Amino acid sequence: MVEEMNSPRVIEAGLEGGPGQGAVLWGKASYLLNLSRKHSLWYLLFATACCGIEMMQTGGPRTDLDRFGMVFRASPRQSDLMLVAGTITYKMADRVKLLYDQMAEPKYVIAMGSCASCGGLFQKSYSVLKGVDLIVPVDLYLPGCPPRPEALNDAMMKMQDIILSEDWRRKMTEKTEPRPQMGRGGILKRA
Amino acid sequence: MHFDEIVARLRERFGDLVGEADEPDPARPSLLPGVFVRADSVTDVCRFLHDEPAMAFEHLSCITGTDFKDSIHLAYVMTSYVHRQVIALKVKLDRDDPSIRTVEEIWATANWNEREIYDLLGVYFEGHSDLRRLLMPDDWVGHPLRKDYQEQPDYHEIPTTRENPLGKY
Ligand code: SF4
Repeated sequence: MVEEMNSPRVIEAGLEGGPGQGAVLWGKASYLLNLSRKHSLWYLLFATACCGIEMMQTGGPRTDLDRFGMVFRASPRQSDLMLVAGTITYKMADRVKLLYDQMAEPKYVIAMGSCASCGGLFQKSYSVLKGVDLIVPVDLYLPGCPPRPEALNDAMMKMQDIILSEDWRRKMTEKTEPRPQMGRGGILKRA
Repeated sequence: MHFDEIVARLRERFGDLVGEADEPDPARPSLLPGVFVRADSVTDVCRFLHDEPAMAFEHLSCITGTDFKDSIHLAYVMTSYVHRQVIALKVKLDRDDPSIRTVEEIWATANWNEREIYDLLGVYFEGHSDLRRLLMPDDWVGHPLRKDYQEQPDYHEIPTTRENPLGKY
């Protein structure tokens, strides 16, 4: 018995074996790896402003991110996904970069809301970073001010699609260049 | 105690150090009622307003600063919960070298207020226990709320502007 998995991106994956025989799940290694990856996206709690409230709501019982295997972590070292939810100031920018650098590969970033995507309504502000993609690579932009929990939920599913569609080694081989010299204020300095 | 009475008490106590008063004016609702004092007397006047039982301004609501191009104005907005009264002390500072004594010993909350003003307007507060920038990073160049502020093109190699995607239309 061979069942094609019901997804357009999956070429070869299936389940063999009947009742009482045990079962074999077969497929491409990248597919199986990505499958487990996309269902265990642990996200870094990164709520810096009003978007954070929507993010908390998305983790709550109504939209319930837990059903995707997503649980929030308070430490970047345990996270796979950085969900930048809110306004990032220049003072915070160095910290964002530092947290991103601490995450283990493969790692993904979602810029949630207008502020994280491009500076949003603080476009002309003196203290706000004009988009988090200026400091870390962003995989997915989520527009809205703030995006509703449904929108974030949708973004998470799109994120899962992205993970499933890429080569399992891509994120590991990709080099992220550390930015030089982080400045004063107790921030780590790199050579 | 009314605004006029407070101003009268201040004039009686401090004489020339107290300048003109911005009376509460229904026609100008945006004007903050307050009284100008000389910059070097601000701690004495604040101490008086704080300690005197008839005034008892025990709470400093905020300190605001404004760049008027020829001078920098600070306004110390204080509240008396006992007498249900709000008043602002206003100070004019030299724009090129703005410096004033801290009121941190009177209201501890002034610590952050003064740091903010130092950060955004470049006013130096003598005797402040921890005068660092508050909103901007420590190594930021310039004071953003000054009228002649020029933003640097980048900060730590991060550009400070972003191209408007609609600009080309
Ligand atoms: S995008 Fe809107 S809701 Fe989100 S952090 Fe910015 S201002 Fe707040």
